[in-house]
Amino acid sequence: MALKTEQMVLNMGPQHPSTHGVLRLELELEGEIITKVTPHIGYLHRCFEKHTEAMTYPQVIPYTDRMDYLASMYNEFGYAVAVERLLGIQVPERVDFIRVIMGEFQRIASHLVAIGTYGLDIGAFTPFLYCFRDRERILSLFEMTCGARLLYNYIWVGGLSHDLHPDFVRSAKEFVTYFRPKIKELNDLLTNNKIFIDRTANIGILPKETAINYGISGPNLRASGFKWDLRKDDPYSIYNKFDFDIPVGQGSMGTVGDCWDRYYVRILEMEESLKIIEQALEILPEGDVTSAIPKRIKPPVGQVYSRVENPRGELGYFIISNGQVNPFRIKVRGPSFVHLGVMNELCKGHMVADIIAILGSIDIVLGEVDR
Amino acid sequence: MTYDFFFNLTGSYVWADIIQSLLPLFIFILPFALFAVWLERKVSAHMQDRLGPMRVGKHGWLQTVADIIKLIQKEDIVAENNDKPLFNLAPVLVFVGTYAAFAAIPFSSAYIGSNIDLGVFFIVAVSSFVVAGILMAGWSSNNKYSLLGAMRSAAQIISYEIPTVLVIITIVMITGTLNLGTLSEMQTGHFWNWMIFGGPTFGLTKILLIPFMILAFGIIYTSTLAEVNRTPFDIPEAESELVSGYHTEYSGMKFAMFFLAEYANMFAVSAIVAALFFGGYQSPVGYLGNLFNIPWLVPVEQLFWFTAKGLFFVFVQMWLRWTLPRLRVDQLMQVCWKYLIPLAFVNLIVVGLLTLL
Amino acid sequence: MREYFNNIWTAVITILIGMKVTFKHLFVPAVTIQYPDVKPQLPERERNRLYVNMDDCIGCDQCARACPVDCITIETVKGLPGEDLGKTSNGKKKALWVTKFDIDFAKCCYCQLCVFPCPTECIYMTDTYEFSEFERNNLLYDFVTLTPEERLEKKANYEKYEAEKATEKAAAKTQPTNKTAETKE
Repeated sequence: MALKTEQMVLNMGPQHPSTHGVLRLELELEGEIITKVTPHIGYLHRCFEKHTEAMTYPQVIPYTDRMDYLASMYNEFGYAVAVERLLGIQVPERVDFIRVIMGEFQRIASHLVAIGTYGLDIGAFTPFLYCFRDRERILSLFEMTCGARLLYNYIWVGGLSHDLHPDFVRSAKEFVTYFRPKIKELNDLLTNNKIFIDRTANIGILPKETAINYGISGPNLRASGFKWDLRKDDPYSIYNKFDFDIPVGQGSMGTVGDCWDRYYVRILEMEESLKIIEQALEILPEGDVTSAIPKRIKPPVGQVYSRVENPRGELGYFIISNGQVNPFRIKVRGPSFVHLGVMNELCKGHMVADIIAILGSIDIVLGEVDR
Repeated sequence: MTYDFFFNLTGSYVWADIIQSLLPLFIFILPFALFAVWLERKVSAHMQDRLGPMRVGKHGWLQTVADIIKLIQKEDIVAENNDKPLFNLAPVLVFVGTYAAFAAIPFSSAYIGSNIDLGVFFIVAVSSFVVAGILMAGWSSNNKYSLLGAMRSAAQIISYEIPTVLVIITIVMITGTLNLGTLSEMQTGHFWNWMIFGGPTFGLTKILLIPFMILAFGIIYTSTLAEVNRTPFDIPEAESELVSGYHTEYSGMKFAMFFLAEYANMFAVSAIVAALFFGGYQSPVGYLGNLFNIPWLVPVEQLFWFTAKGLFFVFVQMWLRWTLPRLRVDQLMQVCWKYLIPLAFVNLIVVGLLTLL
Repeated sequence: MREYFNNIWTAVITILIGMKVTFKHLFVPAVTIQYPDVKPQLPERERNRLYVNMDDCIGCDQCARACPVDCITIETVKGLPGEDLGKTSNGKKKALWVTKFDIDFAKCCYCQLCVFPCPTECIYMTDTYEFSEFERNNLLYDFVTLTPEERLEKKANYEKYEAEKATEKAAAKTQPTNKTAETKE
């Protein structure tokens, strides 16, 4: 006679060290094997979309900062591009260059947090602090430029709040030369570590078709072996002026689309971002960054959907204007929210320890999931 | 030696026994735990380009004392649905298991808590006592994370006992004794007499033994690392998965007991490794006491060498912890059953054949 | 079998490489600073607590309107015609008494949107970042330089002036109607 067994329901979060914020995962376990994962979200809901309807267009920018708080620059970038399309204005070339430089720095900073906290999830504490040490330097560059370290309000509709600091170009170049060896060190310490590979390779495999069906974008989609990057495939700003590669998952340690691939694509992307920054710093044109900022932003009646390649994936803004100073409706298509949906698919049949590895590898930011 | 001294001092066997048994606790374990916690923080901080505690005392050396004072003052929380007798007993049991192991550890030729002939065997037996404590803690906490942690811990400690014991058997086969005091005495002289360099007897066997001894050392060091739940084998308390495993629900002094036991255990296993492979309390180069003919200096030097060796291995444990990620629970078992145990068996057979030479 | 030994080999080697990296870092000087003793060098554009230079404030309310979280509250009273309110540093003549200029730093999000519209550049961000309080009310900063009595006085003055003007107007109104009435007659 078979013994009657019951599944254990384990509540992971909202107060759990590695749910990257306040996410609650309801796990159904068969021993330590997961049969079902249900993410419960909303603990950080701040009514961003409704709130914007009471704000003027420039006032929305500080709120966009607070969505994906690890990539604030890019949220502003996306919003500014969307409103500029609605207004039909062209920004000066220098503004575009500075936006790209800042955006790529933000991408490196965001990936550093993703990689560092991923190491922390797997149990390696030291790489986490090395990553944060390097991220601090990027944040200092931002602070030098606009005075804030996390929530910048720097990229405005039609321009930028400040021009670059006179020392910026030198410091940025210094950072690029400083950072390249650090990536190698990180690879030595974590990426190629046998234990780390054992923990992440062949775990949470996301096949290309599933990824596309679930609407996955950004590094997670590229790790599944699909070459899709909005910077190349739907160019905005001046990304078509730069020469860079789009790294895709090779499955070199296991299967294409496993956790290790998702992790490694981020490391490769940081190198590509360094390339873009170097090129942009070389040919940075002179000019006035505030000249194109409209005095009063009152877009014509209409709507726009504009998307940018956020460090985490496709960040889209859908804005409806009814000709007032306030937007009629803003809808955000956030990558983290979409990526969280694939959790159940990825986690089935894995162990409790793997759920941490999978959640860390898809790199969500709860501020943006809940908005 | 010290026992006779205490007997003469107090004139009673009972008092001499009590003092003798409490000596390692107050002279060694408590100060060591305080120092080791501080060292762990400092080592981790400097490996991560930080400074670590700097405020309490010079370079924060009193920080752990301050922490202990804080822990004593903290409220002792016992949740309503905890199994109270087990919950209260668990930390004591864990600590007792660790503390008992110190009885057979030879700190110097003058002080061995209890110089029993079954020394190594006693330590192995008594340190498995810890498993019972951890299981009790996990079960009585009435918390799923604690239970998972405790289950993992039980599986882990019991599995890793096998390679440990196999390596110990290898050593015992060469030396023919289980008494740690005798084992240490055998490795006297200079460092080339240590077991890691093939033991005290000279000849072809000694040279042939060296690679196998190094392998044996690797196996026992890895498995003791797992027995004390240190990274990469810290899955019973993996903070990113199980919050903090079996001691999630503990606070105040009970938590401090677990903590104390962990650090005491770290030294205990390091001491065993040192005693088995690195000459125990023997100096690698000779004694100043013998050189200047001061007999009482020799045991003191021995204590110094023993502590230094133990601390070195504790340092390596910390070094590993702040370098490596942790394994998953099934991989942990894989490392034990697929790698360590077969290798330990092969090693045992080869060493057995070599000793026949 | 080869894979088996390969696994052991890569594990040992990668662990040793990792240990080498961390060991090197033992001797690298720390990047952190001892915060309250050593303070970080802040850049000149640092965006921390707001400061309002009331000598220059003309009470135009533009900063309050730019604020996305409504943390600035401004109330003004018109100056009397003969009164001299002084000039701002860039030569503008003031016309309003600012009787209330509160910034609630519990609400402020340090976005700097209030700084740019200011015509006299009297509101700006400083590099003070240590201003935590035990009481939330203490975070409500009052920047007005007038004493509470003066504020009441200005308000009363203006009300009196308004009242006088109103009566004057009323008087003026009644007079012309009388005139027209007269002419009609």
